[in-house]
Amino acid sequence: MSAAPSTGFRTTTRTLAEIEVGEELPALALPLTRTLIVSTAIASRDYQDVHHDAALAVERGSKDIFMNILSTNGLVGRYVTDWAGPGAVLTDVNIRLGAPNYPDDTMTLTGTVTARDEAADARGRGAVEVAVRGANGLGDHVTGTVRLLLPAGGGR
Amino acid sequence: MSAPVDLDARLQSFVGQSTGPATRGQDPVNQPMIRHWVEAMGDHNPVYVDDEAARAAGFSGVIAPPTMLQAWIMRGLRVSQEADEARASGRAPADAPNEQLMGLLDRAGFTSVVATNCDQHYERPLVLGDRLEATSTIDGVSTEKTTSLGVGHFITTRIDFRDQDGHLVATMRFRILKFKPGTGPAAPAERPKRPRPALTQDNAFFFEGAKQHKLLIQRCTACGTLRHPPRPSCAACRSFEWDAVEASGRGTLYSFVVNHYPQVPAFDYPLVVALVELDEGTRLVANVSGITPETAAIGMAVECGFEDFDDDLSLPVFHPATATTPGASTGTTDQTGTS
Repeated sequence: MSAAPSTGFRTTTRTLAEIEVGEELPALALPLTRTLIVSTAIASRDYQDVHHDAALAVERGSKDIFMNILSTNGLVGRYVTDWAGPGAVLTDVNIRLGAPNYPDDTMTLTGTVTARDEAADARGRGAVEVAVRGANGLGDHVTGTVRLLLPAGGGR
Repeated sequence: MSAPVDLDARLQSFVGQSTGPATRGQDPVNQPMIRHWVEAMGDHNPVYVDDEAARAAGFSGVIAPPTMLQAWIMRGLRVSQEADEARASGRAPADAPNEQLMGLLDRAGFTSVVATNCDQHYERPLVLGDRLEATSTIDGVSTEKTTSLGVGHFITTRIDFRDQDGHLVATMRFRILKFKPGTGPAAPAERPKRPRPALTQDNAFFFEGAKQHKLLIQRCTACGTLRHPPRPSCAACRSFEWDAVEASGRGTLYSFVVNHYPQVPAFDYPLVVALVELDEGTRLVANVSGITPETAAIGMAVECGFEDFDDDLSLPVFHPATATTPGASTGTTDQTGTS
């Protein structure tokens, strides 16, 4: 019954030393169930009917219910922290929205490390920038950039 | 018709205006709402639910998922319903500046709206007990832009989130496009045409054949060897003499790739690109229909059909073989395949 299946959440935090620009994050294929779309909308306290009432969504010109933006934010953030581990500190989640996430489709999230900064803050943490794309059967649902702070790690 | 300059000036007058009084989060950052969120998102990060794990990861205690930011100031079901009822019964309060801006654009014909961007910046992780307050400002209104949806204006709203001590903890910029429906450069139904094949003296016959829904294979007239892709001379006997024969259209899926990126609007994705080995022995790269990345299997029997993409382009498209025709004329062909 879990709304969104998890794929191997990391239990240890990645360090900057382990990460190279160009590293690809493992893809995450998320089945867009009604449960996912409705439960995430309600968890974000978004009660607009187009996110949970299919008949009203159709009446308003949509082909079905569709995912709300807050949930897209949440899934993009989760995708990156799944890869980075529990100690990652997100600083920016910038997304551009495209094709709607309708039920019975799949959104596949992919990501690539696009930048790293060894001395991003005063506490000696490094920063990583990840370009994220979430594509469904209609095209890109979301493209965006996530920035996060990670421990510098040793050995370099 | 009022001059657009006029409209632009009026639109710009909204920039910098607050959209109304501060919104206070109804509840402090709390564990139950976080739990609902992480369960719905399928997020297994323990720092959102387990104090010990959060401390081990370097936080002062359980933190809220950063992307949950806006949820803390959502007005919830009751207030939304009351606002809807007030609007329906004409008891709506005077329009706030953002509603006036929307009204101005509606009257100018920019009646459709789509959200385009949401940028969140976090100054620090939110922890249990934090109380948020948000103030919202119209950050920018663009001049008229031509977009794929139509002509319109981008409106950016900035929301500043402050904690119980008045410190800025996060900023969100939310951009929408207010556009005139039906003014896009091309209706979405009109797809761009497929890229044209690069025609040469050698391969033109193949595409001419496809237009007539014939799958042709180049044949050496000196030794009879079939070859594909088309090229000037026979690899077996070096002869430059050739003609073409029509293939049976039957074959097997020799290999395939699934193209995810980059996406070209003329194609449907995920795009399965097949390498088909024809019963005659040659192989060709081709489109498929009725074969998805999940159902594609190397060795599956396929049959050739044709699709007319436009007036000038027809191509072979392979689908799963319908009638099983076991051992269909494997023949005696023992050809050099393609490279």
